[in-house]
Amino acid sequence: MLRAVGAILRKDLLLELRTRESVPAMAIFGVTTLVVFHFALNRPTVEGDLAAGVLWVSFLFAAMLGLNRLFVAEEEQGGFDGFLLAPIDRTSLYVAKALALLTYLVIIELIAVPAFAILLLEPGLWQALPGLVLVLLLGDLGICAVGVLVSAIGIRTRARDLIVPLLALPLLIPVVIASVAATAPLLAQGGAEALPGRWLLTLALYDAVFAAIAYAVFDDLLED
Amino acid sequence: MGEPAIELEGLGRRFGERTALRDVTLTVPQGATLVVLGPNGAGKSTLLRVLAGLLRPHAGTLRILGHPLPDEGWRVRGRIGLLAHEPMLYRDLTPRENLRFHARLHDVPLTRIDEVLDAVGMTARADDPVAVLSRGMVQRVAAARAVLHDPELLLLDEPFANLDPAATALLEPLIGRASGRTRVVTSHDPAGGLAGADLALGLRGGRPAICAPAREVATADATALYA
Repeated sequence: MLRAVGAILRKDLLLELRTRESVPAMAIFGVTTLVVFHFALNRPTVEGDLAAGVLWVSFLFAAMLGLNRLFVAEEEQGGFDGFLLAPIDRTSLYVAKALALLTYLVIIELIAVPAFAILLLEPGLWQALPGLVLVLLLGDLGICAVGVLVSAIGIRTRARDLIVPLLALPLLIPVVIASVAATAPLLAQGGAEALPGRWLLTLALYDAVFAAIAYAVFDDLLED
Repeated sequence: MGEPAIELEGLGRRFGERTALRDVTLTVPQGATLVVLGPNGAGKSTLLRVLAGLLRPHAGTLRILGHPLPDEGWRVRGRIGLLAHEPMLYRDLTPRENLRFHARLHDVPLTRIDEVLDAVGMTARADDPVAVLSRGMVQRVAAARAVLHDPELLLLDEPFANLDPAATALLEPLIGRASGRTRVVTSHDPAGGLAGADLALGLRGGRPAICAPAREVATADATALYA
């Protein structure tokens, strides 16, 4: 399985490096959303719950762009058939796509988090950074666990651009709630507070449950 | 000779209300070539996709290389090479990068890539993106991809379409009769198809109109499929 995951991930990253179809669009959309919030909220800075909400909504919408394109090369260029004919565990496609999406999300967060700190955030970011990295990682894993599954469903439909967000956004509400709740204390007015353990646990559980569901059903999703 | 490479019994496949294949029964021994003839929409490509395990049959039974499909599809994956209309190549990658990807999926030594690129005469263009290659060149790379893992069964959907005579001759040892593999080949050339095959299946509207040893099929009867 590792061999197949490595092959697909390497191929996906090479394609993205060459075509630049997903990451630039996701990054620009994420930062643009922050700019829109900056003006729409009509206040120079945000903190606490509001800051966490703005940050995660921006990431979530940016992630939708990546999800929509995640399987496009497979669908349009016969990659699914080539993959299905190979003697490999089909779950490797799910794992590789999740890792590719995780890579994209990390890259846009490396761009969007500093932009957020400059545009909107009142408290300093440095103190919150170690905790924020942990929450971002758990939240991203949740987006990947659900998103890859939904993207694989959506790619087989004509209304892919509609189906993917329509399915993914409701399923990702728990991730948003838990991620915002876990992020809010880190961006509190008076400086970063302790990470709320129960929300981190909620995120980790959600990630694990959806990864298990995906493992169980992904093979059937690829079947005729 | 061992088990037949392909055994079909009453095979059928639908797409919604439309029947694409109906009641196809035949046996292909190992090493034999089956030519599948029929006009556009007769079910030739659907048959190949069912044989490859990419489509489930809706009726009948299907055994490939001794294993029932789709139940034991995992046993034959990697032993089939499919050359379809869609070349299964990423347009933004080069032929070498595409073959490297497939070699890793099939656990084939990377040294095999240069062998097959050389065999299809694409070494000089191996590092150009597939998007800039001509259709004939893409077909040659697709043929290289289909045989990269040295499959026992080759499923070829009009394999020589888009190819000039020189390229056709180049591919003959790889995907032609000379390859020694069991082959299922679709064709729109009744005379040429029958001449190069051991068995013939003529489809009309998804139903077998001809199913016989190729030498017993008159070219006129095969040509009549297209009338």
